[in-house]
Amino acid sequence: MIIFTLSERSAACHNNLMSATVLEIRDLSCRIGERWVLRSIELEAREGETIVLLGRSGCGKTTLLKCVNRLVQPAGGEIRIQGRLSSDWDPIQLRRRIGYVIQDGGLFPHWTVAANVGLVPRLDHWPPEQVEARVRQLLERVGLPPAEFAHRYPRQLSGGQKQRVGIARALAADPPLLLLDEPFAALDPITRYELQMQFAELRAGVGKTALFVTHDVREALLLATRIVLLKDGMIELMASPSEFLEARTSEARAFLASLNSGDKAPADTAELGQSRVGQAE
Amino acid sequence: MNARLAEILSLTLEHLWLVLIAIGVAALVAIPGAVALTRRAGLRSAMLGLASVLQTIPSLALFGFLLPLPFIGGIGRHTAIIALCLYALLPILRNTLVGILGVDPAVRESAVAMGMTPSQILWQVELPLAVPAILAGLRIATVATIGTATVAAAIGAGGLGVFIFRGIATVDTATVLAGAVPAAVLALAADGGLEWIEKRLSPA
Repeated sequence: MIIFTLSERSAACHNNLMSATVLEIRDLSCRIGERWVLRSIELEAREGETIVLLGRSGCGKTTLLKCVNRLVQPAGGEIRIQGRLSSDWDPIQLRRRIGYVIQDGGLFPHWTVAANVGLVPRLDHWPPEQVEARVRQLLERVGLPPAEFAHRYPRQLSGGQKQRVGIARALAADPPLLLLDEPFAALDPITRYELQMQFAELRAGVGKTALFVTHDVREALLLATRIVLLKDGMIELMASPSEFLEARTSEARAFLASLNSGDKAPADTAELGQSRVGQAE
Repeated sequence: MNARLAEILSLTLEHLWLVLIAIGVAALVAIPGAVALTRRAGLRSAMLGLASVLQTIPSLALFGFLLPLPFIGGIGRHTAIIALCLYALLPILRNTLVGILGVDPAVRESAVAMGMTPSQILWQVELPLAVPAILAGLRIATVATIGTATVAAAIGAGGLGVFIFRGIATVDTATVLAGAVPAAVLALAADGGLEWIEKRLSPA
């Protein structure tokens, strides 16, 4: 208990120097069966950061995400959320404070959009009028007019609309941390781009910390404040988008090569990534 | 003629009563049982196997086996209800299992990730999504039980089987039909009615 208070205080001290550390991962390892899927992962995320975990399929990026909200039990190391060890949190309470968005939304098909979005506030026993107000506010914010969408069922939505609802649901109880697992991967390119831009806007508005998993290097350059490149369960490189463009490691080059092989769009995206970083600095 | 009609009506009600009690008890055992089995993969195949074996026993033989048993056996309605229950277990058990295990893993994962407790997941997500499958199981069990229940007259349980056995004994086709036709109508009505409810209650 005492150790606990101390670590919270040290987090608070940290706070004065720079924005607070929301997520801290130390020497994390994870094993599925006999195979090590994550080894010696070290990562820190400060308030308002979007850390993109980039890597090929099977590199462990989704597992890393699931270690954070305890859907997967790590083999070793520690994860602190807002200064507190994740193993000290009650997993139910911990998950209600972490927004989670997955590729195909994972919306409850038997509930309306409003019921889906209001889930975590309801679980936390918000008064009904407050839940309703919050749902309206969030639907507006993700660009789905409540009058038109609140009473629809997920099967009556397009892929892009489902992901918007998924994001609104993840934001509902105003969690300090968001986990996104390839949220836009299944969308058509135009909708994907729209949602990426909207996500960037949204994030600037709410100041959330986000851990964002993708295998799409354009998406990483577009959205990340920092890119974490994973290979075979280890962090190969951690860089800002502009640094990443200059990176020399073989895996980074392999990802960047996929940028140049495309037509006009990738170059645009790369520029966008740079200009956005320019603004941030 | 009127006396005949009155007898048909009262035996039909008796028949319906047998079936309702049997299905009700079977559902009360099989649905919670299936929920428990979704949490215990090891027991699952053993219990499904047992229910399948029960199903393969010919109904007349099962009534015969139950007759000499103390407490649960003997001539009369309760023995028949126990046998009908045993037959109804499998379709309800299996369909409930299929319904719950068939919930989209992405939906279950996001329920966990949103911070729902296991009982909230069961009551708010898994069971509502399994409703169509559970109702389909109840429908199969009900229709089958309406048929099997005619055999229960052999051990003095009453119901429409009384006409059928009487008709066979006296080689009187009209009496056999007086039992068989209402039983068939009951089965069709139950099938249609439960199908309608199934459609009404389907969540998505």
